[in-house]
Formats: sequence, structure tokens, C-alpha cells
Amino acid sequence: MRVIVNIQLKEGVLDPQGKAVHHALSSLKFNEVQEVRIGKQIILDINETDKKVALERVQVMCEELLANTVIENYTIDFPAC
Amino acid sequence: MLVAVIVFPGTNCEIDTKYAFEKLGQDVVLVFHKEEHLPKGTNLVVLPGGFSYGDYLRSAAIAKFSPIMKAVISFANEGGKVLGICNGFQMLLEARLLPGAMKRNENVHFISKFQHLRVINNHNDFLQKLEVGDILNVPIAHGEGSYFIDQEGLNELYANEQVLLTYCDEKGEVENPNGSIDAIACITNKNKNVFGLMPHPERAIEEILGSKDGVKMLEGLIN
Repeated sequence: MRVIVNIQLKEGVLDPQGKAVHHALSSLKFNEVQEVRIGKQIILDINETDKKVALERVQVMCEELLANTVIENYTIDFPAC
Repeated sequence: MLVAVIVFPGTNCEIDTKYAFEKLGQDVVLVFHKEEHLPKGTNLVVLPGGFSYGDYLRSAAIAKFSPIMKAVISFANEGGKVLGICNGFQMLLEARLLPGAMKRNENVHFISKFQHLRVINNHNDFLQKLEVGDILNVPIAHGEGSYFIDQEGLNELYANEQVLLTYCDEKGEVENPNGSIDAIACITNKNKNVFGLMPHPERAIEEILGSKDGVKMLEGLIN
């Protein structure tokens, strides 16, 4: 089963990479861009058929390693196969 | 006194750190991260700088699961003195031995230069040989050194005298190289036995290299 974890800095935590990219987009005249926030995506292929079990396991992975919950939020998605 | 300097894959400051403590007359052992126990009689554990596990995922995110870290965490929880320098500071945050987290530098650049620091509090072993308001000049070298903690956590740090050093200019005015909250460069835990800082005191121990302001810091941990 494929599981996609998206990790973002929490709202209110300044994202310096996003700010730098926003600045670059503005200098390229993409003036419609209001804000840029950069996160990361982790794609997991796991040996599990039960979605509920998979979700619980991936939540633990996020809490223990994949995200630093002091500054980051995460979402867990199951893409349609 | 016996100092254990932990070496992870990607650590690169262990020799400088060993040299610095030896110069101060201490016995130093390098301990590989795969060990499960600290050497008998360890008085101080140092997590040195570098790029453990290539900084993959986040700086120090993977190092905290190295076998030796269980021993380091129990050592710290039993009151043993632990110093984390740069990547070592990031490890202490990731391992939750210190509060808060580290972000990319605000200007997104890797910063490597001498930086002035101001002593905020000396009611602790690490800075006991310095006076509040002292200005130090110590190298920094990091890409993820922007310290973050939420407002509640920040208030607690101040209330418990856990903020030890801030970044400043040579006159002591605030100068924030990396966007750290309140320009914080060094903190300790509530029990004041775990210390984390981004600057490298082990690189400031000889005048010929530009500064020996690191000596008084490291000396504080020796007894």
C-alpha cells in the first residue's frame, strides 16, 4: 500500500525557504503569488492491506521520526491506485 | 575527569573537541555511536558538531536513534552533564533533552564566521566562570541554527534562567545571524545539567586561531 506523508512548517512558524522562493517569484514578475510555503513529501510503500492499521502505524512514524512536531504539521494520504 | 565525545557517521568536530578538553587537562575518549554504554566513570558527555547522517530528513533527526543515545539520555536524566555543540545541540533538541526546535537559517545560507555572544546567565556550570554581560567571540558554522520555541516555552526558559547566551555585535547590541527567536544561541534544561549551543567553543581555545573565549566556557564544565 502506498502512503503519502506531507510535512509543513506550522502556521506562524516563519518559513525562510518559502520566503526566498516567494522573493524569486516576485522578481520574475509573478506578482499574484501571496505566500509560498515549502514542505516535504515522503512516499512510503508499506506491507499492509488494512488502511486503518496503516494509518495508525504511519502516525507513529510521523510522531517519532518523520516530523518534528515542535515546528511541523503532517498529513497522511492514501492515493487512489 | 573523563569526557566522552560521541562520534556519529558524519560527525566532524570530534578531534577538535577532544583536543580542546585534553588541552584543559582532561581525559577524553571518543565513543562510537554503535556502543550501547558510556565508558565507566564518564563525567561529561559531549555531542560534537558535524553533519550526522548527512543531515537527512532534518539535522540530527536520525542520530537520536543511534544505540549510544539511550545511554546518553539516561545519563542526562540521572543528572549527568551533557554538552551539545552545533549538530550536538540539534540532537539534544530532537531527543527532547532540551526544549524547542531548530530551523533553517533565516537567510537560507550556511553561515561560517566569528560571532559575538553575550552572556545572559551564569547561574550554571557551563558559564560559571563568566560574568553576565560578558561579550565573547566564538565561531559559528551552521545552516540550520535558527532556534524556535513557542511563546509559552520561551517564557518558561526565561523564568527558569535557561537562556544562557544570545548573538550580538562587538558592543553587545543584538545581532541575529540566523533568525533565532530572541537571538538565542545557547540554552540549558530545567535541571541545568544539559547544555546546547550553536557556536563552537572548541574552536576558540587558542589566540593564534583568533580567540580563546571558548576556554572559560569549557572550563566551567570541568571540576
